[in-house]
Amino acid sequence: MNPDLKLWLIPILPLAGAAVNGFFGRKSSRQAVTIVGLFFSGAAFAWALGVAFRFSSLELPYQEYLAHWIRSGNFSVDFAFYLDQLSLVMLLVVTGVGFLIHIYSVGYMWDDPGYYRFFSYLNLFMFFMLTLVLANNYLLMFIGWEGVGLASYLLIGFWFTKDSAASAGKKAFIVNRIGDFGFLIGLFLLIQHFGSLTFTQVFDQIKPMSPETAGAGLLTAIGILLLVGACGKSAQIPLYVWLPDAMEGPTPVSALIHAATMVTAGVYMVSRSHVIFERAPIALTVVAVIGTLTAFFAATIGIAQTDIKKVLAYSTVSQLGYMFMACGVGAFSAGIFHLMTHAFFKGLLFLAAGSVIHAVGGEQDMRRMGGLRTKLPWTFWTMTAATLAIAGIPGLAGFFSKDEILWRAYQASWAYWLVGVVTAFITSFYMFRLWFMTFFGEYRGEAAGHGAPAHDAHAGHGHGGHGHGGVHESPKVMVIPLAILAVLSVIGGYVGVPGSLGGNNHFDHFLGPVFRSTLPAENSQTQVGEKGATEQTTEGTEPKESASKELMFTGISVAAAFLGLALAWLLYYRSPDLPHRIVQRIAGLYEVVCHKYYVDEIYASLIVKPLVNGSTSILWQGVDRKVIDDTVNNAADGARHVSDEVRHMQSGNLRSYAGWVAAGSAVLIAYMIWWGVER
Amino acid sequence: MVPISYYLVLSGLLFACGVCGFLIKRNIITIFMSIELMLNGVNLSFVAFAAHWHQLAGQVFVFFVMVVAAAEAAVGLAIIIAVYRTRETLNVDQVNLLKL
Amino acid sequence: MLSIHLILFLAFGAVAAAGAINLLVQRHPINAALSLIAVMAALAGEYMLLGAEFVAAVQVIVYAGAIMVLFVFVIMLLNAGVEEQTKGSRVAILFGIPGMLLGSLLIAWVVLKHSGTGDVAVGALPGAPNVIGQLLFHEFLLPFEVTSILILIAIMGAVVLASKPPVPGGTPAKKVQD
Repeated sequence: MNPDLKLWLIPILPLAGAAVNGFFGRKSSRQAVTIVGLFFSGAAFAWALGVAFRFSSLELPYQEYLAHWIRSGNFSVDFAFYLDQLSLVMLLVVTGVGFLIHIYSVGYMWDDPGYYRFFSYLNLFMFFMLTLVLANNYLLMFIGWEGVGLASYLLIGFWFTKDSAASAGKKAFIVNRIGDFGFLIGLFLLIQHFGSLTFTQVFDQIKPMSPETAGAGLLTAIGILLLVGACGKSAQIPLYVWLPDAMEGPTPVSALIHAATMVTAGVYMVSRSHVIFERAPIALTVVAVIGTLTAFFAATIGIAQTDIKKVLAYSTVSQLGYMFMACGVGAFSAGIFHLMTHAFFKGLLFLAAGSVIHAVGGEQDMRRMGGLRTKLPWTFWTMTAATLAIAGIPGLAGFFSKDEILWRAYQASWAYWLVGVVTAFITSFYMFRLWFMTFFGEYRGEAAGHGAPAHDAHAGHGHGGHGHGGVHESPKVMVIPLAILAVLSVIGGYVGVPGSLGGNNHFDHFLGPVFRSTLPAENSQTQVGEKGATEQTTEGTEPKESASKELMFTGISVAAAFLGLALAWLLYYRSPDLPHRIVQRIAGLYEVVCHKYYVDEIYASLIVKPLVNGSTSILWQGVDRKVIDDTVNNAADGARHVSDEVRHMQSGNLRSYAGWVAAGSAVLIAYMIWWGVER
Repeated sequence: MVPISYYLVLSGLLFACGVCGFLIKRNIITIFMSIELMLNGVNLSFVAFAAHWHQLAGQVFVFFVMVVAAAEAAVGLAIIIAVYRTRETLNVDQVNLLKL
Repeated sequence: MLSIHLILFLAFGAVAAAGAINLLVQRHPINAALSLIAVMAALAGEYMLLGAEFVAAVQVIVYAGAIMVLFVFVIMLLNAGVEEQTKGSRVAILFGIPGMLLGSLLIAWVVLKHSGTGDVAVGALPGAPNVIGQLLFHEFLLPFEVTSILILIAIMGAVVLASKPPVPGGTPAKKVQD
């Protein structure tokens, strides 16, 4: 029997922190707010660590029932939590990286007047995210899903007095909502066909079903609908447009929500639903295709961006595409592995970018940075670690996870692999471009003295605290999380060293029981399914050939990474005027890429404008004004007219009263006579 | 031998004249007199029915009608005097403060 | 058949009808009052024909002799003149008169055609005072007492309503005395 782990504490602690800071934070001192915010999120992390330590003694899956929620006929849903290896990984990532970012925010947001509000929202986000991760049924997960969307909206529009920030928050929420619509319909289908939303019950009913290879069926429909939801939350094509705009929020928000945790909710959900996806090959293919396309597409946009945060935003979209590609080829544990390492290095990248922005007084345009490596040593070295990791340089975390994905992608189709490698090249290129432009060369900015041009995105971030005598390193409270994340970016990958390189791929084995293929007919063919615990045997059956092939592909992707580094070095260090000449040669194409392929404009004209016009003309003018308002007005008018007419009866004229009496009595008399005569 | 119905027709005629007078006339006092005419018509029909059904109660009713008519005439005329004092007119069309 | 009863009935009836119609036609209230007196007198005759002699007497004494005198007094007091021609009420003319005419025609028709009323002889039911008195003070004692109270109240009400409102600063008579 399982011990009571009190899993519910993990989400509730941040909720308590959000409540305390939310209600009492305004009048409290900064120190009090800090202590509350850090305590509750730290406590959640500590508890999660406690759970992790006792994990090996648990009988899995571990479910904890908190309270019952819906009992409607045969359908019941409870507030209950679910813990297995997948949940544990997500839990540790969310609480761990979340806690580090809380520490970082203390320094970053110290001068902001909305300090308490920030921590309240941040804790609120943690609560929802943990609910999402720990839920044992789709409905509770959906609550967390919506809740993180809400927290994202609140935090993106944190400086709500700025129009662009408020719009960005709205955009994020609305685009998310579109995804949620698909998610909901998927849930409805689940309820209708399986009568439950609890993971164990649904999956137990689905496991005996065979894959729908003959065409699209129920599971395909559910899978694609769930995917729509995941696209909204995890910013895949076509619902990725909110993520770059979300950079209006403070940088810790971008790090936590839009790099490490919220955007990974979609990947988590797809992985959790792997039972459904494995039986719907068409849906899986759609997942893979969308992931691949997004990875490539976003990477190409990232090349031309000049805002440091925007580059990282598109990089996030691209890396999420990798995770979806992994899930789409059935390599769910590889996708989760990349999720974990991505949380480390992308979180670090954003935090370091925040440190840079903080240092140069609010400037976010890379063209006005440069030569910062001597002035910001800690930031420089940690960011270097992260950049090497994301580019896939061997030895660091990103290398192992990305390679795992590419290898599994190749096993599904060489097309995925090819696009993946090209994208890896582009990723390496734009990351090192960022690196060179920010840290090398001559300083091109104006924050050497005081009075830095307060860049719009940084309007709310005052610098009153420190005497700003030029570009300076960030305070320790911001640097320490950077250092910790840098260490994780370096060593985080070693849990997943694949067999071909001599490792034992602990991560894959750890997640094996979760993703073990439960397809009914799987013995003979190599299905597109994760063979968790049998990974060794697959590798064992054709060890040498597969291992050397894997090494070859690894070599190719490493070469791609170095090629990107070299190209960036050439264009942004060696000959800085070369990019300009190239751009002039391909001006048209460059314009298109620079404007993000005009996707936002296309959406605006195709979808937004007709909706707004339709709403204005049909719904507002037509229905609201004409039908509803006019009905009410006309009813009132009608009553008034009727009473106007009837009013004349009360004329005060005696004789008219008498006339009415006489007429009425005549009618009565006539009736009585008629009645009497009839009888 | 006069059939009772003749008396009733006469009574109805008197009543109808009373109602007409009430509706046509403008002088308050004349209107009151029309009311008295109506009451008289009713009295006649009471007495006629008393004779028809051989019940003297009908004639006793006449007394009560007369009493009520007298009381009503007295009070009504007092009101007319009071109204005349304030309004200086006996035209019922000009006593219309109850108008909305 | 033409009996004295019928002739007398028609005579009195004609006078009553003529008086009623004259009431409608006359423009001066005093003429209307006088024709009303004529109606009441004719009605007294009708009551006699029906054998209600006490009622006839009371009609003349009370109705014609007291109430109508009251009316005439008030007409004289208020100096009512020929009534003006003001715009009446459309409703009264349009609905009231036709309605009333219709009603009374219907009643007349029913009464004449459908009622199973028989004939009444002259003095068929003697209405001697003592008999009426018996009835009044035995079966109808309560209404009798109530009507006496009613008259009392009417007297009080009439006195109150018709009295002059108190003049501030005392009555002129008092002032003259001082």
